[in-house]
Amino acid sequence: MATVTPSAPATPPRRPPLSAVEIARIRDDFPVLHVRRHGKDLIYLDNAATSQKPRSVIETERHYYEAQNSNVHRGMHYLSEIATSAYEDARMKMQRFLRAPLSCEIIFTRGTTEAINLIAHSYGRPNIREGDEILISAMEHHSNIVPWQMLCEETGAKLRVVPITDSGELIMEEYEKLLSPRVKLVSMAHVSNALGTINPVKEITAMAHQHGIPVLIDGAQAAPHMVLNVQDIGCDFYACSGHKMFGPTGIGVLYGRAEMLNRMPPFMGGGDMILSVTFDKTIYNGLPYKFEAGTPNIAGVIGLGAAVDYLDSIGMDRIAAYEHELTQYGTQLLQSISGLHIVGTAREKAGVLSFTMDTAHAHDIGQILSEQGVAIRAGHHCAQPLMQRFGIAATARASLAFYNSREDLDALSAAIGKVKEVFD
Amino acid sequence: MGANRALYEQVILEHNKKPRNFREMPDATSKIEGFNPLCGDHFMIYLKMNGEVIDDISFAGSGCAISKSSASVMTTLLKGKTRSEAEALFASFHQMVTSSPDTVIDEEKAGRLAVFAGVREFPVRIKCATLAWHTLLSALDGKNSTVSTE
Repeated sequence: MATVTPSAPATPPRRPPLSAVEIARIRDDFPVLHVRRHGKDLIYLDNAATSQKPRSVIETERHYYEAQNSNVHRGMHYLSEIATSAYEDARMKMQRFLRAPLSCEIIFTRGTTEAINLIAHSYGRPNIREGDEILISAMEHHSNIVPWQMLCEETGAKLRVVPITDSGELIMEEYEKLLSPRVKLVSMAHVSNALGTINPVKEITAMAHQHGIPVLIDGAQAAPHMVLNVQDIGCDFYACSGHKMFGPTGIGVLYGRAEMLNRMPPFMGGGDMILSVTFDKTIYNGLPYKFEAGTPNIAGVIGLGAAVDYLDSIGMDRIAAYEHELTQYGTQLLQSISGLHIVGTAREKAGVLSFTMDTAHAHDIGQILSEQGVAIRAGHHCAQPLMQRFGIAATARASLAFYNSREDLDALSAAIGKVKEVFD
Repeated sequence: MGANRALYEQVILEHNKKPRNFREMPDATSKIEGFNPLCGDHFMIYLKMNGEVIDDISFAGSGCAISKSSASVMTTLLKGKTRSEAEALFASFHQMVTSSPDTVIDEEKAGRLAVFAGVREFPVRIKCATLAWHTLLSALDGKNSTVSTE
């Protein structure tokens, strides 16, 4: 299919902030938020691990299997045509969501992890050699550490880590110093899953580009929470996961500048990624199919498209503003609890409230909160080097989404009171 | 708090707050590290053996209330015990915490370890309760590599 260049997105009319009434209505769109625990709706504050799905996403997947199921880009028949059309529509939805210039720059992957591995394989292997360096930050998720370690082991390149402050902010002066001619790729989180820090990705990218270094941004924790614009960021690659942005599990997106992607060899070989195959020579397909070998997760892609539609119907700008206010409210609540320490206090922060308590270990906190009907995550959040940086083994982490309310945070605070009752 | 009240028995909370034999042992005859990479529980178990007898036992490190109190209770039970007595105690402890939650606990046989029966309701916490014990068994076997729950 030809790539489609969208017309410039029209500026939507300014809408009022999300009100409590609207949030209550939004909660009704999410069946899981009405799971009962101890006679009350369960309070879900583990959104950084995975988000809940609105009914429209669930119904879209069901509809696909009930009325559209077919393989894409293959059949001449009716079902294949509508499945292909729904699949490619979802690509254009993601293109608009990320403000990518071309729909062929949207590659569907299994998730952020696969997207990063794709870059490590298809960009890293051909371009990175012994003595080269790959630059990441001290707040990366294991998925933005381990693929680079594997690449380094294979090539003899070195992994360099930009340090962070005690509040969890990148030290930009150190970053600047590390940008040497040896650096062949910068890969950093847009938002830290364990701290909530929003990194200055535009500045990070501009600084790397001054040295001619390409940049990959791990947007897994940013995509559900803010207006994204990969052209404004200027990055070469941007990765995100469907399940963290209210879409299905097992689907994600890699955005890559066409110029970069065109120069890269395929990630996996198989069907759909070829134009022609003989035993002597195979000619690869063009973008985006070159990077989408095999029958894709069609239901997941279409479901992700429905999630984007849902987010658009609310407006990412309103979501960001609402969550910002909610994060401040939650921060104040937690700060007022004696013996509780918030880990991650960057000035620019998304809705992640990571904390430790003097008298209770993170797992004991998580256990007691669960019994109070409050779901949070306790552990290292797949960021063990970050935990080591702060000299802790684990944190308890409440992470927000737009369907959370002040009442949810009041319940969190009350449940932490129970933890103190047991352990203080 | 229902089930959690059973999990966090008073004895457990008390040992968590004031762990017994919670110290390093410079003259230990063996020491071994126990680690649960999933939750970061991390303990060192120290043993001073006199032939087959555990003359002294202590532990250091950090972990959740269940793992820490389990290590603490373990040290109080094993001082002066022989290797085979320790192994038998672990076997019955392990059987208890991995038994079905409906199984009636033989309080007499379980003794002070009966307070950990609550973990049966929370399968992910069984590893917390048994970490120190697994580590101890490795130390008794004369192994010296880190014991991991994973």
